[in-house]
Amino acid sequence: MSESGNYILQTEGLTKEFKGFTAVDDVNLKVKRHDIHALIGPNGAGKTTVFNLLTKFLTPTRGKITFNGRDITSAKPAEIARMGVIRSFQISAVFPHMTARENVRVALQRKLGTSFHFWRPVSSLNRLNDRADELLHMVGLDRFTEAMVADMSYGRKRALEIATTLAMEPEMMLLDEPTQGMGREDVELVTELIRKVAAGRTILMVEHNLGVVSTLCNTITVLQRGAILTEGDYRTVSNDPRVKEAYMGKAA
Amino acid sequence: MNAKIGYLIALVLLIVAPFVIYPVFLMKVLCFALFASAFNLILGYGGLLSFGHAAFFGGASYVTGHALKVWGLPTELGILTGAAAACVLGFLVGMIAIRRQGIYFAMITLAMAQMVFFLFITAPFTGGENGLQGIPRGTALGAIDLQDNLNMYYFVLAIFVLAYFLISRTVNSPFGQVLGAIRDNENRAKSLGYDTDKYKLLAFVLSATLAGLAGATKSVVFQLASLTDAHWHMSGEVVLMTLLGGLGTIPGPAVGAGIIVTLQNYLAKGPLGGWVPVVLGLIFIVCVLAFRRGVVGEIKAMIRKSF
Ligand SMILES: Nc1ncnc2c1ncn2[C@@H]1O[C@H](COP(=O)(O)OP(=O)(O)OP(=O)(O)O)[C@@H](O)[C@H]1O
Ligand SMILES: [Mg+2]
Repeated sequence: MSESGNYILQTEGLTKEFKGFTAVDDVNLKVKRHDIHALIGPNGAGKTTVFNLLTKFLTPTRGKITFNGRDITSAKPAEIARMGVIRSFQISAVFPHMTARENVRVALQRKLGTSFHFWRPVSSLNRLNDRADELLHMVGLDRFTEAMVADMSYGRKRALEIATTLAMEPEMMLLDEPTQGMGREDVELVTELIRKVAAGRTILMVEHNLGVVSTLCNTITVLQRGAILTEGDYRTVSNDPRVKEAYMGKAA
Repeated sequence: MNAKIGYLIALVLLIVAPFVIYPVFLMKVLCFALFASAFNLILGYGGLLSFGHAAFFGGASYVTGHALKVWGLPTELGILTGAAAACVLGFLVGMIAIRRQGIYFAMITLAMAQMVFFLFITAPFTGGENGLQGIPRGTALGAIDLQDNLNMYYFVLAIFVLAYFLISRTVNSPFGQVLGAIRDNENRAKSLGYDTDKYKLLAFVLSATLAGLAGATKSVVFQLASLTDAHWHMSGEVVLMTLLGGLGTIPGPAVGAGIIVTLQNYLAKGPLGGWVPVVLGLIFIVCVLAFRRGVVGEIKAMIRKSF
């Protein structure tokens, strides 16, 4: 296989400076196809910034990003999404004034090509309901299809977010701290869910919970002060003294 | 179902109203109700505060006035020409403003509306300070004499009902769903593959066009297009109507417009004539401080609570 066949996403010298402060520093990231890849590091290491660069919510100061061998350095967020790279956000990304079903349907409806049709009744979207409910079932939200999302618990919002992301049938999912702020039960639920949906896809996730990382992820990249500190599988990385130091120094 | 019955009752009331209330006053209410409902499309459903909608309202009234008076177009076509002009103007303003957020969006729309306003002051066809007077009402469908106030009223009512239906359909359409998603969480909508600027632009253009339709209709009713309708005061008034009635509810802005226009009329006649702006200002303050949801929004919340 050629290199771009092995790796679905690659960055070369990816750098982001904010007014002289380098948040992301010369990062060469390679994400293998069908891998579950974790991006970890202490608070402020630049993980979210890397996500924002990859999904084009920020423009890199320097460097290049390729997805499936295609240069996407100057694409727009919506374009990236249409190519099959869907992200979640560190703060749960749902549409609070809609029902759970409507949330998922918003993701499904773009394919119908009627999203600019302001003269068509909203009932024309009802044929997507079955698929939407199926996705909600998959994340355990069967009983909440008609619920207003603003009234749902945090854990359910995150589950809904995953259902919505799945509706896009993404080739690659970028999850920014999917278990943040969750109780143990919810963490286990979401971990299982990620494992389930990872089949046939590539996942790059930021995660602070090292338990989750060790059970889910094959490759781990450690970021510190914007630069890659080390990379490898869980055992290699967790035994690396520099990683211990980075965490001891910042966290706790 | 309840909403349908409500609308039916409202429609019946509107049909019999001119036998009880002076039709010209009612027409004024309908024109402003349409203006505010159109405005709500971009503020309430698009989440963007435009402070320049008077440019579309007033601009369309000049174009319609000119089309009827100088070109001698039939009334319907004259009104459509005005709305089309507002549509084009809305597209141009929207193209520039739509990328901005919050206060910057409001400032850019205000600045562009001011430019349009000064254009109207200096342009020869607007009649300057005097406005464009003596616009002929003409006939509807080439037969119904619109000089008759009752005929004119039903003509205006028909326009209002059609436009109102279009607005409520727009809100409840596939497009409306995406618009709601963008208002709720624009970044998430982007990450689902939507070019959000394009959706916001379409909402803005629709809003401008329908605001233009309202201004065009008003110029026919009063046979006058004047600077008042293009002035930034008007942009502010429509914000007030929308907030008072209920932002992001479909009937709210129309109710708000009804209240404001009625107040203006009664106050202007009474001893408080000179105090109209002060009273409106007070209403605005009370509205923002005490009932944010507006009249219709508060009523809805009350109904929801009592169940
Ligand atoms: N828009 C911005 N302007 C200026 N500085 C920024 C901006 N965004 C992020 N930063 C800075 O860049 C650094 C990296 O932030 P980032 O959010 O990427 O960290 P993170 O690794 O996601 O942290 P956490 O684990 O807390 O989520 C931080 O020091 C932050 O203050
Ligand atoms: Mg972060």
